[in-house]
Amino acid sequence: MADLSTTLAGATLPNPLMTASGCAANGKELHRFFDISRLGAFVTKTVMPAPRSGRGTPRMAETPSGMLNSIGLQGPGIDAFADEDLPWLASVGARVLTSIAGGTPDEFAYVATRLLASPAAASVAGIEVNISCPNVASRGLVFAIDPQASAQVIAAVRAAVPSHLPVFAKLSPDVTDLVTIAGACLGAGADGLTLINTTLGMVIDLDRMRPHLGGITGGLSGPAIRPTAVRAIWQVRSAMFADRIPTAPIIGVGGVASGRDALELAAAGASAIQVGTATFNDPEAPVRVLDELAGLLDTRGYAAFAEVVAAAHPERRRQ
Amino acid sequence: MSGAAYPAGEPIRDVAHERAQVRSSKPAGAYRHLVVAAPAIAALARPGQFVAVSVGGPTSGMLLRRSFSIHAVDPVAGTVEVVVAAHAAGTTWITERRIGDVLDVVGPLWRAFPLPADGGAAVLVGGGYGSAPLFWLAQVLRERGSHVEIVLGAANADRLFGVDLATQTADAVEVTTDDGSAGTRGWVSDVLPQVLARSAATDVYACGPMPMLRAVTETAKAGGATAHVAVEEAMACGVGVCMTCVMPVVGVDGRTRMVRSCLDGPVFDGDRVRWDAFGDGLCRVPDDAVGAPQVGGH
Repeated sequence: MADLSTTLAGATLPNPLMTASGCAANGKELHRFFDISRLGAFVTKTVMPAPRSGRGTPRMAETPSGMLNSIGLQGPGIDAFADEDLPWLASVGARVLTSIAGGTPDEFAYVATRLLASPAAASVAGIEVNISCPNVASRGLVFAIDPQASAQVIAAVRAAVPSHLPVFAKLSPDVTDLVTIAGACLGAGADGLTLINTTLGMVIDLDRMRPHLGGITGGLSGPAIRPTAVRAIWQVRSAMFADRIPTAPIIGVGGVASGRDALELAAAGASAIQVGTATFNDPEAPVRVLDELAGLLDTRGYAAFAEVVAAAHPERRRQ
Repeated sequence: MSGAAYPAGEPIRDVAHERAQVRSSKPAGAYRHLVVAAPAIAALARPGQFVAVSVGGPTSGMLLRRSFSIHAVDPVAGTVEVVVAAHAAGTTWITERRIGDVLDVVGPLWRAFPLPADGGAAVLVGGGYGSAPLFWLAQVLRERGSHVEIVLGAANADRLFGVDLATQTADAVEVTTDDGSAGTRGWVSDVLPQVLARSAATDVYACGPMPMLRAVTETAKAGGATAHVAVEEAMACGVGVCMTCVMPVVGVDGRTRMVRSCLDGPVFDGDRVRWDAFGDGLCRVPDDAVGAPQVGGH
């Protein structure tokens, strides 16, 4: 049995599989189907400073091998999360990668500070800074389309949390130069990157001849975007090999539905893998993918998951 | 998020994920009636709950589960029955399954119809194949001593489901169709006042399209009865993680929240649903909802 452990900026996890933010609520729902403490980490729904209703409906549309969602970051706010959701996650032994967001750098920092004041703060394995949700009313609020805006948010969060706690910047593929934005985040103190968030899409209801989603546009996810995720991870990891940006761990996410898919993202450069939309189809998907990945590593004769991280890069193959 | 504020009884937390072999598939008017072997779901289910079925097989490009209210269960035989309308590719695939084929089924999902105090009269209202769960409910209610009447409505006779079952399970049955091809020409809400009056019902149970559920809620209220409505919102997962099936519902604290119709429903107290937010195939977030969008939106 291969050693599945993975190290992310000093945090060692027993395995590389995680839920993806916004695809697993805050744990109780999936815990009916499998023990969420089996995951390397549980990634929460993005939490913001205040309760937020999200958008009206319809909020989703099925697309070929994928779906659009237009939730609008619905959530209970950081007080309820820190006082209720996080203690519950801690009570079942989950390692929690908390996804946070805000409307300004200060709001991001406030959420991080308030999170760490929770009685269950010890369960927080890291913070994933969601600067890339496409379902916000103003495109200007998608910090991840601009290196400077991204860096300001990351710097604010970094300053608010102790140095031992890793901070990951979750980035959007909907940019011209992903490497520059990744470099700006790492330069501002991010310990790692989560690649990728959904990519903006749209479906038209031809019977009513109007946009299908209540929010008009939505985030495309599912296997349809897996090649985009593989490309993004590859580009950023290549830039690290070339010393264009600092070397840091990448958490891969985008269209993973099987162990083989997880292996592909790892080979492109991901040190951990999130399973998102596949969970809607199969509530046990995160642990099924973990078991399938473990089986694949054994079948292919790898002694450790770490051996396959970035294994498809020529720089790694020469090592 | 909403659980603490919403009162509708104890949530059901037992759920199963089964590979269910098709035991029977028969046409039923415009629909298909399927019986599948899903013993764990059959053992847990109560009337009003639904199952979520994946479509297209293991290589399918259709990722989202389709939800169907449970028509009947046989815990001894370990079977679950659903009624499916072939709306589009996914539901058509389900209707094409034959004996021995396997469906991937998750259920039973979430809140069942609450049952009235023993002996109270009840009226059950179904629109189209939304009537599927009502006959099982009628049976349970009559076993508890209730007088039960059923009202079925549809666009035309072909789109009615279960008129024969209604006759077998209820004390009285009314049928309406938009075109008059069966029963009374008109809507269920046209005949409901007289059914409520003659039965002295305390509880009305309804499943069908949103405009019908709204009309049933208003008619029940006018007749002094409580409406329990099972909604059919579009959903991706059915298990509470995708947040797509939300609708505005008033909690015990009087505040409106966007709650998940899978996990907090599918059965709601009709009086608590913010019907004013629905229209033209959309549902907006009421301005007074918790965390509603400010200027600029979400």
